[in-house]
Amino acid sequence: MNGPLRRLSVVVALLLGSLLLSTTWVQFVNAGEISAGQGNVREVYREFGRERGPIVVGGDPVAVSTEVGGDYRFLREYPAGPLYAHATGYYSIVYGTSGIERTNNDVLAGTADALFYSRIGQILTGEDPSGGSVQLTLDPAVQQAAAEALGDQRGAVIALEPATGRVLAMVSSPSYDPDRLSSHDLGDVREAWEELNADEGRPLENRALSGRLYPPGSVFKIVTAAAALESGDYTPETELPGGAELDLPLTDATLPNYGRRPCEADGTTTLADAMRTSCNPAFGQIGIDLGAEAIREQAAEIGYLADLDIPLPVTPATVPGDLNAPQSAQAAIGQFDVRVAPIHIAMTSAAVANDGLVMTPQLVRSIRGPDLQVVEDIQPEPLSTAFSPETAAALTDMMVSVVEDGTGTAAQIPGVQVAGKTGTAQTGNDTDPHAWFTSFAPADDPQVAVAVVVENGGDLGSETSGGRVAAPVARAVMEAVLAR
Amino acid sequence: MTTVVTAFSPGTRRGFELLLIVVSVAVSCAAYALVGLAVDGMLPVRLLAIGGGLLGLGLALHVVIRVAAPYADPVLVPIALLINGIGLVMIHRLDLAEDTSFAVRQLGATAIGIVAAGALLVVLRDHRRLRAYTYTAMVVGLVLLLLPLVPGLGQEVRGARIWIDLGVTTFQPAELGKIAVVVFFAGYLVVARDTLSLVGPKVLGLRLPRARDLGPILVAWVASVGILVFERDLGTSLLFFGIFVAMLYVATERVSWIVIGLGLFVAGCLVAYELFGHVRNRVRVWLDPFDPELVTGPSYQVVQGMYGMADGGLLGTGLGRGSPDIVPFAESDFIVASLGEELGLAGLFAVLVLYGILVQRGLRTAIGVRDGFGKLLAAGLAFSIALQVFVVAGGVTGLIPLTGLTMPLLAYGGSSLLGSWLVVALLLRVSDLARRPDLPVRPGAPAPALSPQDENPTQVVRLP
Repeated sequence: MNGPLRRLSVVVALLLGSLLLSTTWVQFVNAGEISAGQGNVREVYREFGRERGPIVVGGDPVAVSTEVGGDYRFLREYPAGPLYAHATGYYSIVYGTSGIERTNNDVLAGTADALFYSRIGQILTGEDPSGGSVQLTLDPAVQQAAAEALGDQRGAVIALEPATGRVLAMVSSPSYDPDRLSSHDLGDVREAWEELNADEGRPLENRALSGRLYPPGSVFKIVTAAAALESGDYTPETELPGGAELDLPLTDATLPNYGRRPCEADGTTTLADAMRTSCNPAFGQIGIDLGAEAIREQAAEIGYLADLDIPLPVTPATVPGDLNAPQSAQAAIGQFDVRVAPIHIAMTSAAVANDGLVMTPQLVRSIRGPDLQVVEDIQPEPLSTAFSPETAAALTDMMVSVVEDGTGTAAQIPGVQVAGKTGTAQTGNDTDPHAWFTSFAPADDPQVAVAVVVENGGDLGSETSGGRVAAPVARAVMEAVLAR
Repeated sequence: MTTVVTAFSPGTRRGFELLLIVVSVAVSCAAYALVGLAVDGMLPVRLLAIGGGLLGLGLALHVVIRVAAPYADPVLVPIALLINGIGLVMIHRLDLAEDTSFAVRQLGATAIGIVAAGALLVVLRDHRRLRAYTYTAMVVGLVLLLLPLVPGLGQEVRGARIWIDLGVTTFQPAELGKIAVVVFFAGYLVVARDTLSLVGPKVLGLRLPRARDLGPILVAWVASVGILVFERDLGTSLLFFGIFVAMLYVATERVSWIVIGLGLFVAGCLVAYELFGHVRNRVRVWLDPFDPELVTGPSYQVVQGMYGMADGGLLGTGLGRGSPDIVPFAESDFIVASLGEELGLAGLFAVLVLYGILVQRGLRTAIGVRDGFGKLLAAGLAFSIALQVFVVAGGVTGLIPLTGLTMPLLAYGGSSLLGSWLVVALLLRVSDLARRPDLPVRPGAPAPALSPQDENPTQVVRLP
């Protein structure tokens, strides 16, 4: 019987050998693919079992992890509630992450390369691993002022520091409470998620950067004016048509001025006055003469078409370049297919304020390790040169006159010279226009550039205009910055 | 110059066994300490008590072996103790995570199993005495197998009717029935082997047995199918039939039995697949466990087990640092996945290799022992361990469909542990005879009562 016993031993060896192969397959060869499978909660447990670093605004954490025990040891909480929701994002067991929680996850989770040494330190000392912290550029007072001024109106506010590109305020309204999505009560989380997604105000969208894009209307005239001045064919004194409407070549249509009133009684205006009165026929004529491509190039130089990560992603604007004359006239006043995010408009004002130099917008100021040592200090970075300092100076003068005795008088701040531009963007025949305002102050030493959009007229509805609805919001933001 | 005659015998290797037992207990204690450090941040309070208890049990068995089976294989007990110890630690670790107290009961079962193994060695001084109980073993085996079907006594747990309720505790009689059936097969086959291997008709180069000799294999097959049908116990059914075919082959040296056995097995599988929803379910889960329709339902357990093992990777998360408690029945059916997660591929390989050594020592014993009954008994018991390990670990890793068997010595379960320790005791008993020198060690000691060769039936001379 020894022969068959030996062969049986071979069979046993084969059985065990096949087990070694199948375990190798599961645990090594195919492990990555298996781990990515549906319903694998181990990664989540591991992530939630680690102390996540805080997100800090000013000196205070706006996202913080507290040990609560249970399956998911740490609960993520947002002490400021909805105020910073679009910056921090949420940290949900069920729905993943958004905002800085997503873009700077490796720092917050403590897995970033920059935190390598502190991680080694933690391993050596046997401490529980914990994450680094992310300091945002937001200023609590400015953010608060922006949110309060915008109130319940739908829209967005974004404020930049022109010299550095730092984002001082970023508000998207309506907002939401990230605590509800980051709760450990998964039923509550699902309920909140469904509620937020069903909400027609789309509170989860960050309107300031990456939500829907808006037609900019007349705030886009800064870009058109910049393109005109940069072309060398125009000066602020260049005469332009300033009647109640502009005949559009090739068509029977006209480009009417706001309220169908003439810009000037005599039917002609200068470029500087056209900016002050937001004269549509004048800018329409520039659009026809320059062509859409020149305007598109100017917009691109300000950064409209760039794929920016600040580190939150910015949706690039759409500025068509291949247009016929009537379309170019409409594009020149920010209509037709021109669509922007509020940050593009803020970057435009910032470019004017910063002598034509566009700084890359930044939402993160610094990164610290778990031991609070600064690991990375984020330095201002130029993005592009949008136009010459001379053009910037001319645009500044025009924008100052807009606030002094033009359409933007609601943005005046006593004792401070403010430069601004209004916009009232048509959205179609059935809905009220969006109210825009962008500005910077003080005009001679700019501390802040801001863009405000209030959807569908905000509180004023069809009676809206950028000057009446959006300018007071921008003023509140500028005042908050100047009061620092 | 005088010749010093000492009692030292180079053949027993008992000192080596003692050393290995101490190492086994030390490894288990180290694992236990690691769990304590990982989960509570301190050494377990009862480390010395439990480690001492385990060492005491191992030493007690060692002493019994020294007295009752001095030539027994010195590796069997240390390996069994080590697998048992690793299982205990993992069950304790899962207790901490799930707030259960399985480990205490498993510890009790370990004590009972080791004491029973020692008792068996003392009572059964020669395994050949079991031959006298061939048909008793058959009856006992059948009764134990059928016991769960008795109304009022049998219990259905998770769809399988394999438990009986003894009032104070529940018991899986098949775990002991398995041993009885192996004893019966060994006793029956050692007598019937020549009849079964007689020349039969040759078909397609394969020498088939005579039709009337097919009876026993058909009976075994029907019994297996019966277990499958009435007790819904896929694993035990597969195990019995597999052991029977393997022993039949060893006894007769005829490949045709394997072909017939596999043919019957495949036929049985096809019929079961057609007839039983639970079998179809297992196959569906096996073919595509990650099917989105199945992931939250029928294949939840398998998939969660695989997630755990994949998470463990090569070196594992470390004892106490994974989440094996996510997997349902992590301490019993899926203890392989729990070990894979926390000890990694390396640790799981080590455990599988331990089983490999255990089985190999059993088969080595079968080759070494000179009586046919002993050969079949040792081979059947060793193969039963191998097949059980294959079926369980193969099911957990997706190699074969999942069946409801437990990992011998490792998984939570008193009946299984008791049965496994009795298997170890029987292997010890057979190996004692296999390794015993022909000559008396000490002058004056009585010669063995039976010369093993006499046990073998007269060789039938085969015609070419």
